[in-house]
Amino acid sequence: MSYLPTGISVPKPLPDGLDREAFNRLARHRLAVRRCADCGTWQWPPEVICHECRGFALTWEDVAPAGYVFSWTRIWHPVRPVLRGAVPYVVVLVELPAAGNVRLIGNLLGSAGQSVRVGDSVTGVYEDHDEGFTLLQWQKSGR
Amino acid sequence: MLGLRARSAVVGIGESEYARHGQASASEFELTLRAILASVEDAGLTVDDVDGFVSYGDDKNEPIRLASALGIPELKLAACQWGGGGGGSAGHIALAAAGIAAGLADCVVVFKASAQGQHGRLGLGRGSYGAGEESVGYNLGGAASAPYGLFSPPQKYALRATRMMEVGGVPRSAMRAVARAAYHHARNNPNAVFASKSLSDAEYDESRWIAEPLHLYDCCQESDAAAAMILVAADRARQLRHDPVYVLAAGQSGEFRAGAGAENMAHYDTGGASLLAPRLYSEAGVRPADVNVAQIYDNFTVGVILSMIDHGLCTYENVSEVVSFDNLIAPNGAMPINTSGGNFAEVYILGMSLHLEAVRQLRGSARNQVPGAEICLSTGGPMTALTSSAIFGSSNTV
Repeated sequence: MSYLPTGISVPKPLPDGLDREAFNRLARHRLAVRRCADCGTWQWPPEVICHECRGFALTWEDVAPAGYVFSWTRIWHPVRPVLRGAVPYVVVLVELPAAGNVRLIGNLLGSAGQSVRVGDSVTGVYEDHDEGFTLLQWQKSGR
Repeated sequence: MLGLRARSAVVGIGESEYARHGQASASEFELTLRAILASVEDAGLTVDDVDGFVSYGDDKNEPIRLASALGIPELKLAACQWGGGGGGSAGHIALAAAGIAAGLADCVVVFKASAQGQHGRLGLGRGSYGAGEESVGYNLGGAASAPYGLFSPPQKYALRATRMMEVGGVPRSAMRAVARAAYHHARNNPNAVFASKSLSDAEYDESRWIAEPLHLYDCCQESDAAAAMILVAADRARQLRHDPVYVLAAGQSGEFRAGAGAENMAHYDTGGASLLAPRLYSEAGVRPADVNVAQIYDNFTVGVILSMIDHGLCTYENVSEVVSFDNLIAPNGAMPINTSGGNFAEVYILGMSLHLEAVRQLRGSARNQVPGAEICLSTGGPMTALTSSAIFGSSNTV
């Protein structure tokens, strides 16, 4: 059971392999974020060079999927036919304090009408799809 | 420093028919040609005088095709401002002005065409449409956003609007005022696509959500149209038909990590012109308070407000007082913006039509004329990775 209907879009790694490791780990329910082995800078999205020290020694580091809502939107207008029965749905932009405050896009699981505010604590939930990919979704942390 | 200040001027403006998406009577290329011919005629020049074309944002109408179709004797400058969408919609003016100042070309057409009926509606977003399609990468509609139902510009910029409102404290009233001012101005512009539409407070408030906090009327229209302007060197401009409208400053800016994908740009709470604007004011030799009228690229109300903050026309602290309907409308508002109706209500050619209105204001020939306007700010698309702006001045400013 996925948050949005199947058939929206199947995410694939970049053709040059830059983000393949993130996909591989996500399939094993691990969140991997790019990090510079030389200066420790966290980086998202992945790039071939570190934007702080300009070194090329970038690695992948597992991060606990927990963070805060940096921003959010509740989407009402379906821009794809497949989404007509799925609106409204909530998209969150989640900041990861444990990984240099990089931000990840996901959906907020639960009722689309639930109240959500910038700063809400959220925890990651891995969502496996039959088409052979995994998404990292979010739910509000218990309080 | 040589700089660009008043080294070149706009001497002609021209436009195609302005139509809703899918309703133009001609192809995008023909619309482009018609806009160019109209600008040449407005300037009192001939097509053979033109020796350069500059556009922006993946425009499909290549300069050499235009030059060949028009039978131009020699094309000396063919350039395009990098950056998708409207972010570069004032940067191409900087390129043209620089080209003229450096002697690369003498008579340069800056233009933009966008026929969304022919080439696809931007509001549907990029990326896949059918079931089972694949997405890659970190641009909007890529693997990091499409599987979560985030495809289209209003959805992406709703995230910016949430921050602006919840963290920045910008009130709904400011967004409503921006939308209403555009439709108000279009009522007096027979060329505007929405010339016959009015927008009340209630109609704005009751319009459907596209992506919270953006209502339908927080978002610009989609059009089929083209527009063009002609720039020449300042001394030549003074011998032509119209009073020259001088380029006092123009430039582009990509701030630190502005291009980091999937909403990871470093400066999330600005329009992306916070470094550019002071630089341009300095080059132009003016201050924000000197701006008499402004054309602020209106992709979404949130972008207009962030751009006004970047350009010193208001602050996060005073936005609720400054950005009111009464202040935004010509002729008597404290800071009239988008006086032809803007992208919202006149036409959406990714910002090009805003510059034509800047020229009309400084010639004194605008439909919603700001009395005595001498300095007009005209901005490129806000919230994009690469942004741009221009400041134009009348003869009295030179």
